[in-house]
Amino acid sequence: MSDNGFEPQITAFMCIYCGYMAADTAGALRIPYPANVKLVKLPCTGKTDPRYILQAFEEGADGVYVVACPVGNCHHVRGNERGYARVQRTKKLLDAIGLGGERLEMFFMSGGQGQAFADAAKEMTERIRSLGPSPIKERVNELTG
Amino acid sequence: MIIGEQKPLEEIKELIGDARKVLVAGCGTCVAVCSAGGEREAQILASALRLAFQVDGNSREVTEATVQRQCEWEYIDPLAEQVAESDVVVSLACGIGVQTLVERFPEAWIVPGLNTTFLGMPQEQGIWVERCQACGQCILGVTAGICPIARCSKQLLNGPCGGSHDGKCEVNPDIECAWHLIYERLRKLGKLELMLRFQPAKDWSVSRDGGPRRIVREDLRVLPET
Ligand code: SF4
Ligand code: SF4
Repeated sequence: MSDNGFEPQITAFMCIYCGYMAADTAGALRIPYPANVKLVKLPCTGKTDPRYILQAFEEGADGVYVVACPVGNCHHVRGNERGYARVQRTKKLLDAIGLGGERLEMFFMSGGQGQAFADAAKEMTERIRSLGPSPIKERVNELTG
Repeated sequence: MIIGEQKPLEEIKELIGDARKVLVAGCGTCVAVCSAGGEREAQILASALRLAFQVDGNSREVTEATVQRQCEWEYIDPLAEQVAESDVVVSLACGIGVQTLVERFPEAWIVPGLNTTFLGMPQEQGIWVERCQACGQCILGVTAGICPIARCSKQLLNGPCGGSHDGKCEVNPDIECAWHLIYERLRKLGKLELMLRFQPAKDWSVSRDGGPRRIVREDLRVLPET
């Protein structure tokens, strides 16, 4: 496995409140963040579901993260805490699968924190780059040449 | 309802063995409510298995289907085709659902994806508690509606043992002493005289001790053809 030039594919789930606003703020302030992050909006991170996360990995994501409002500031009161609990469960599941729970993470930030949004994207990109490509994708590549 | 808990992924993979085509069969009733084997859990397990087999370098075809109830013929009949096409069926129903599939589809290899744990209820979201052991002769009428068979660690019939302490059971301080609960409830409802009513030894022959049980209701049976 060579990490040279490996550009990880990352899926980021975010709530339409703080998470998406933080992405927007990063854009408005022209704070650069890695382009390999695909954004998926959720009505609230309380809608975080292991099925969505696993599906992202099945479709070739090397890493996944969830961006929520700060704890105590969720638009739906405690949806982000529910989302956090599901992320923890899914991390264990990823360990059991053999993909490794560290390919999944959760970040909390407010809508104005464009820099925190960019930092999360960078942190995940760097983490996944050092972990290497998802073995799922490697298999798909082996099969398709 | 029936409460179950999913087996670890590793154990489910072992049960699947070398099978190439795997069907994960969910049940949409009891085990869906306890989030162990409903549609969502069946989809999560199917996805997790597909990923795990790929990581192992040995991908398989894993599909999933959930029926309303796995313990009744009419609900599982629509699965016939998918079961026939699979090398193994991982049932996410309770043990009853697994065996109903086995009886209906005798040619198929069916394995359990759950440990069927107890008869109980969701006390709050995410917490399930045992409430009944299907003893066959219910005594809730004299125990203030609190079951000493399922909820007293020693299944005592005539009051608490010496290990009842501050309302907790000596077996584990997380367990509430059923007889303490019974006493308090009888006291509040002014029926403490029931505490003094002697309960003779229980007839366990109507419970599991009498072997597998069966109920026949002639008024409900479909009459045999004459
Ligand atoms: S199969 Fe088991 S879990 Fe499903 S409805 Fe029947 S008793 Fe409940
Ligand atoms: S007395 Fe028997 S039937 Fe009644 S709740 Fe307890 S175990 Fe169930």
